Amino acid sequence: MSRPGFVLSAWPWRSAAYLLTGAVAGVLTLVVIVVVAAVCGALTLVVVGLPLLVVAALGGIPVAGMERRRLRLMHRAPAAGRHQVPPEPGLRSWLTTRLREHMTWRELGYALLFAVLLWPVDAAAVVVALFLPLSVVATPLLMATVGGGHEAKVLKQWTVTSWPTAYAVAVLGLLLLALCAYVLGAAAGARAGLTRLLLAPPEGELDAKVVELARSRARLVDAFESERRRIERDLHDGAQQRLVALSMTLGLARLDAPPGPLADQLAKAHGEAGAALAELRELIQDIYPKVLTDYGLEAAVADAADRCTVPVDVALRLPDRAPRSVESAAYFVVCEALANIEKHSGATRARISGGHRAGRLHLELHDDGRGGADPAAGSGLTGLADRVSVLDGRLALTSPPGGPTLLRVEFPCELTRAADRSA
Amino acid sequence: MRVDQGGRPLRVVLAEDSVLLREGLIGLLARCGHEVVAAVGDARALVTAVEEHAPDIVVTDVRMPPGFQDEGLHAAVRLRERRPALPVLVLSQYVQRSYAAELLDSGDGTGIGYLLKDRVGQVEEFVEALRKVADGGTVVDPEVVRQLLRRRRDPLEQLTPREREVLALIAEGKSNGAIARELVVSDAAVGKHIGNILTKLDLPQTDETHRRVLAVLTYLRA
Repeated sequence: MSRPGFVLSAWPWRSAAYLLTGAVAGVLTLVVIVVVAAVCGALTLVVVGLPLLVVAALGGIPVAGMERRRLRLMHRAPAAGRHQVPPEPGLRSWLTTRLREHMTWRELGYALLFAVLLWPVDAAAVVVALFLPLSVVATPLLMATVGGGHEAKVLKQWTVTSWPTAYAVAVLGLLLLALCAYVLGAAAGARAGLTRLLLAPPEGELDAKVVELARSRARLVDAFESERRRIERDLHDGAQQRLVALSMTLGLARLDAPPGPLADQLAKAHGEAGAALAELRELIQDIYPKVLTDYGLEAAVADAADRCTVPVDVALRLPDRAPRSVESAAYFVVCEALANIEKHSGATRARISGGHRAGRLHLELHDDGRGGADPAAGSGLTGLADRVSVLDGRLALTSPPGGPTLLRVEFPCELTRAADRSA
Repeated sequence: MRVDQGGRPLRVVLAEDSVLLREGLIGLLARCGHEVVAAVGDARALVTAVEEHAPDIVVTDVRMPPGFQDEGLHAAVRLRERRPALPVLVLSQYVQRSYAAELLDSGDGTGIGYLLKDRVGQVEEFVEALRKVADGGTVVDPEVVRQLLRRRRDPLEQLTPREREVLALIAEGKSNGAIARELVVSDAAVGKHIGNILTKLDLPQTDETHRRVLAVLTYLRA
């Protein structure tokens, strides 16, 4: 508005359009609200009005939708409603979500405010800042038509009787119109600002920050992931090969050594080398299991189940490969859960089931242990939940005291053919 | 000192990308009277070398260039698709049965070995396993077998603990006599256990050696 070209730009007209449509829409809203309230009030007496009241409570939603659309006249940036997405399809789920969330009631409040207070303000602004100056500008026209060429009333107050005065008043009206363009702009701006504040809380910037934060978390997880793989590779290609070579040399030396203290020492060294190799193998397996890369989640989970001391049944069916990040997160969830089952649950049997359906990878871990698992008690599950959430996944744990414990995890993802993936 | 008492020297094609291990293995095999006719460092060269030399046995690493994934294993599987009877001994750093299972599924399932690399340090055991595989036997690393023993699932559920033990020893490539000695029972008792295992696992009444391999496969897949 501070720019010099404001008066001649489209903005005064957009402001006028915004306020004018606001006044009209407000009147309509008021009428609808009065009618609905009256009908509901009457029908409440015969009970059927009660469900109608519920519908009336949702009345703010279409009004808010209309208002957000109207905001486009004043703001280029779209105003988004912050309604939650119902957890499942269907009218019932939609209805409960809407009735529970804050935004619905906020919108209803706005609709009432709009019907009672806001539209008269809109109308007043339009009348004062647009119609009054326009009628002043129209003085010569009035004189020519209504006044019969002799007189015209400016704003129904002052009478003008000569043509030069009439034209002078019209010029004055034009100046007034230019001045009022600012009033109009200010009024519409304030009005739009209020609507945006009420119906589209200014979280846009925050949203952008959250998205950026989520991305940077995902990048961090990726970085950890590739670091794990690098360490696994380095250990495998370096230390492990050298230890095997050492063990081989010691094995050959033992063949040559005559029985005696030297042979005993060699045997001991050989045994140590063997133990070191076994430990290193375990370590590498924990850092990054190669089977996950080579054969995918199904095989890696089966192998993790093999290593668990509690018997584990596995019923996991994945026809194709999940994205690498999902495979990895899911695998480490399974490992952590199996470790917990082994250490804390006292379970005699566990079961892993899962698959891919409706665009989500599901995993369920069930054990018959004593339950009472608490993610907050540093069981390592909290960290995993973070990792899962980076991938927009969900992790849920139910573990009542006395058991059983059920851990569910799911990730939104699409499966790809293994061949496409390795290419 | 003679390590291998199994008879004729074997002609070996060796695939191992670590120079250190490759040289070590060549030395070890030479010590035991076997001849490494070709030693290569990647999967493609392995296939070429086998075509050129027609060896008695192939010894290969799982992880090989260029991708450093399971190229060695896949090369072995491809080789056995062409020559199902080609004995292959795979050396691996991984205990996972997925690798062993893929290998055992290749060819006709005989003349297969899947050993942990650690095992080459146990020179005598290693050379014995090599000989067994070259003779058409099946050898699965005891470590893999041990891990599988923890799992009790169909169809192994119907086996008695003793039968499971016997099956584990079959997977390690042991003969009836060796199993009898290990479990301190008579040969006849082992024969009876094996008969029971084969019946319970519903394996067809064909050639005895082949049924043992099938039993091991069932065991790995369970």
